Amino acid sequence: MDAISDTLDRPPDEVQEQLPRLALLHEWVVTVDHKRLGILYICTGLIFLLIAGVEASLIRFQLIVPENTLLSPQVFNRLFTMHGTTMVFFAGIPILFGFANYLVPLMIGARDLAFPRLNAFGFWLTLFGGLLLYFSYLAGDGLYGAGSAPDVGWFAYAPLTGRAFSRGNSTDYWNLAILVSGIGTIATSINLVATMLCMRCRGMTLGRMPLLVWMMLVVAGLTLVALPPLSAAQIMLLLDRFLGAHFFDTQAGGSAVLWQHFFWFFGHPEVYILAIPAFAFASEIIPVFSRKVIFGYPMMVAATVGIGFVSMGVWAHHMFAVGMGRIPDAFFAASTMLIAVPTGVKIFNWLGTIYGGRIRFATPMLFCTAFLFQFLCAGLTGIMLGVVPFDWQLTDSYFVVAHFHFVLVGAILFNIFAAIYYWFPKATGRMLSERLGRWHFWLLVVGFNLTFVTLHIAGILGMPRRIYTYPADRSWDLLNFVATLGVPLQAAAVLVFVINIIISLRRGQPAGDDPWDAWTLEWTTTSPPPPYNFDTLPAVRSRRPLWDLKHPNDPDWLHE
Amino acid sequence: MERDTTRGLGGGQSASAGEDHRSRPGVLVPILLWAVLISVMGLVYIAAGAESSPRNAVPVQTPNIFAPTSTPAFAIRDLSWFVLSICAGIFAVVAGLLAYSVVRFRHRPGEDNREPPQVYGSNQIELAWTVVPVLIVVILFLATARYIFGIEGLQPTPNALQITIVGHQWWWEIRYPDLGIVTANELHVPVHDSSEGAPTFLTLQSADVIHSFWVPQLAGKMDVVPNKTNRVWIDPRTPGLYVGQCAEFCGVQHAGMLLRVTVHPKDEFAAWVAAQRALAADDLAVRGGRELFQATACINCHTVRGTPANGIFGPDLTHLMSRVTLGAGVVSNTPETLRDWINNPDILKPGVLMPAMQLSPAALDRIVAYLLTLR
Repeated sequence: MDAISDTLDRPPDEVQEQLPRLALLHEWVVTVDHKRLGILYICTGLIFLLIAGVEASLIRFQLIVPENTLLSPQVFNRLFTMHGTTMVFFAGIPILFGFANYLVPLMIGARDLAFPRLNAFGFWLTLFGGLLLYFSYLAGDGLYGAGSAPDVGWFAYAPLTGRAFSRGNSTDYWNLAILVSGIGTIATSINLVATMLCMRCRGMTLGRMPLLVWMMLVVAGLTLVALPPLSAAQIMLLLDRFLGAHFFDTQAGGSAVLWQHFFWFFGHPEVYILAIPAFAFASEIIPVFSRKVIFGYPMMVAATVGIGFVSMGVWAHHMFAVGMGRIPDAFFAASTMLIAVPTGVKIFNWLGTIYGGRIRFATPMLFCTAFLFQFLCAGLTGIMLGVVPFDWQLTDSYFVVAHFHFVLVGAILFNIFAAIYYWFPKATGRMLSERLGRWHFWLLVVGFNLTFVTLHIAGILGMPRRIYTYPADRSWDLLNFVATLGVPLQAAAVLVFVINIIISLRRGQPAGDDPWDAWTLEWTTTSPPPPYNFDTLPAVRSRRPLWDLKHPNDPDWLHE
Repeated sequence: MERDTTRGLGGGQSASAGEDHRSRPGVLVPILLWAVLISVMGLVYIAAGAESSPRNAVPVQTPNIFAPTSTPAFAIRDLSWFVLSICAGIFAVVAGLLAYSVVRFRHRPGEDNREPPQVYGSNQIELAWTVVPVLIVVILFLATARYIFGIEGLQPTPNALQITIVGHQWWWEIRYPDLGIVTANELHVPVHDSSEGAPTFLTLQSADVIHSFWVPQLAGKMDVVPNKTNRVWIDPRTPGLYVGQCAEFCGVQHAGMLLRVTVHPKDEFAAWVAAQRALAADDLAVRGGRELFQATACINCHTVRGTPANGIFGPDLTHLMSRVTLGAGVVSNTPETLRDWINNPDILKPGVLMPAMQLSPAALDRIVAYLLTLR
């Protein structure tokens, strides 16, 4: 405790420089501070994002021309399996839960999460899950020979994962890595829910929580409902593979469709577990840079909760081609289209926020603006996929690949970058360079659209996903060539981003407490915040405590 | 350096970062121009694909979902245009509003830094933009349900041609139970004569993992699931060749599981059936090759009707040379590729389950000579 109070008087930068490297490393490893764990989560996620990005680039370069022999089919299948698994479980979830970890206590005026040690436990499980997955490259085939990564696709459909079709242990690495990290994610979700429900500062009723906190509450709740079924299914698969159970073993009367129900009962809420935090970033950033309060806060909360509920009833829209029958097809078409309504409401409310504002196009807002357009496209192609007969043509084609990359990259990753540019100053005390930020943005926006707009058309022309090569006579070659041209642009964007981080950490402009002139509680404390977050715990009277402070004549609580 | 503490709390913009915050005029113009360009390129490309014009001397076979030739695919195309036009309308309105707002309400250099009026919401407007999407969704759902029931509801009539397709890692077994024909990878069906009105029904089964039957110009895809029997129907209107392939990842050679569907005029189909029903040719000139074939492990997996070869793990070879491709479409079927295939199929199709038989060149020649007679 003495050490803590000793460090309180000095800016953390200075303290860190005094510590020997080993002691500093030790501090980060044993930390239970939500801010440090948040940063660890985000950095872990970003490193996995880079790895999975390299895998994606290799996939695209294999497909640049028909009948390419750059990669063998085995290597290609491992690459897309690892790309998908890594992006969803070890890039998306850690980055988004990292932001929740970092921001939620600051935004609700708390000193830490409810269970700091559980928080550390959750992070380390996630990290070791990721390391376990990649260890398969060394050991996936065990005694059979050189190592190999899993090659069954990120949704690992039975019975391809059975002992008969997947020999060696590569599938077990997939199974156990996700099982382990899933337990960590469940722990962190419990932690977040407890924190948000029990540790809000004085005056912060549920109705005054920042939208980001509301949305993270829905995400954490959704995770608690959706992830355990996946863990259960993975344990069943483990029993199948090691103890001869027959849940998914079709040759012994098991069901291949059962796995799909289990997987997508997790898998579709998972899309929203990743997307709602992106909505959360937009809901904080767009108002600040439009200089307007969010339009229709109660409606935004209602829409988020609505999405949370409906998202648990849409899973089988991934299975329209399985032959479920007319009634299930119609039911899941209806629920899938229904979810477009609250999602549309959100877009309209962001539009209502921008409308009449005075928009500052700093880098976070640039990313959020592109997000709005790209998410609109993703939503509309999503509706097309909900139209079951249309889906019979489009599912498992490159149209679906393009659609979900518009969601996962065009919407979620763009908003992750927006959030990094927005909160980096708070976490480090230094601004990221706006000039490099613009380069990052424009390279990414052009590269991303070049790749993924084009791939919609490849799907319409009948190109299935997950093929390591394709015949020259299908007229898919030009489209694939153009799509691959987007890769160097996106890679350059990410390179600019990494350079920006490295330079700005050392020489970035000092940020001050509140560089964006924002309104939520995290901007009342220093940048970076002290370990205890606030000198005295704040008390709030409205959803925008800093607005009230800055506009004593026209505070928000008069209008809410 | 501290942030500029002199700015009033009501003054809005941070002076220290003010330089960076200034908007650049027309940031969206490049995006819009570029989106239009790509869309035009895409439409031109689709149009070109539908023409099936020869390029690079390879006859182009584009399985374009917007170039249908059979009722389910026609129906899906019509529904798709309906949905696409609604979505295009929504995109135009919402993206237009977004673009307008982003351009119109951007902070211009030289403007003062006062905060704009704060609007907290509006029940009427929010109700409106909830109800209108609900109405659109209802319309879309009704249209969807109508097409689901139209396509999935059809039952086979007694005179309908029934074909069973069995997915294997990584090839298609094709059986005509009523005609006594077994073949592989190349489906032959008669053109649909609307006066008779019986479509062709395909029963889909799997021998191992999940596959998916997809010939986009004939019908939407249908998964081929072990322990489950699915059915699709087609009634192709135009004779010709239609290509497709497995659409559910099924292992190493998922990409090498291609499908060719030949739609014949009625009389041509009858001739094909007659030829396929015949037992395998028994050419005395290649008797040595035949005996060698029957003495090696070939017959553990392959059937040649009329001979002792009756394996069921690989494609039926009774009329091997009537097929134009080998290895589920990965190479064309010529004497040279056939020889290469038997010598070591893994070179032509890496990961294929057929083993290299380690035959001497002379033995290879005799077996190839025999197989070439299986017309």
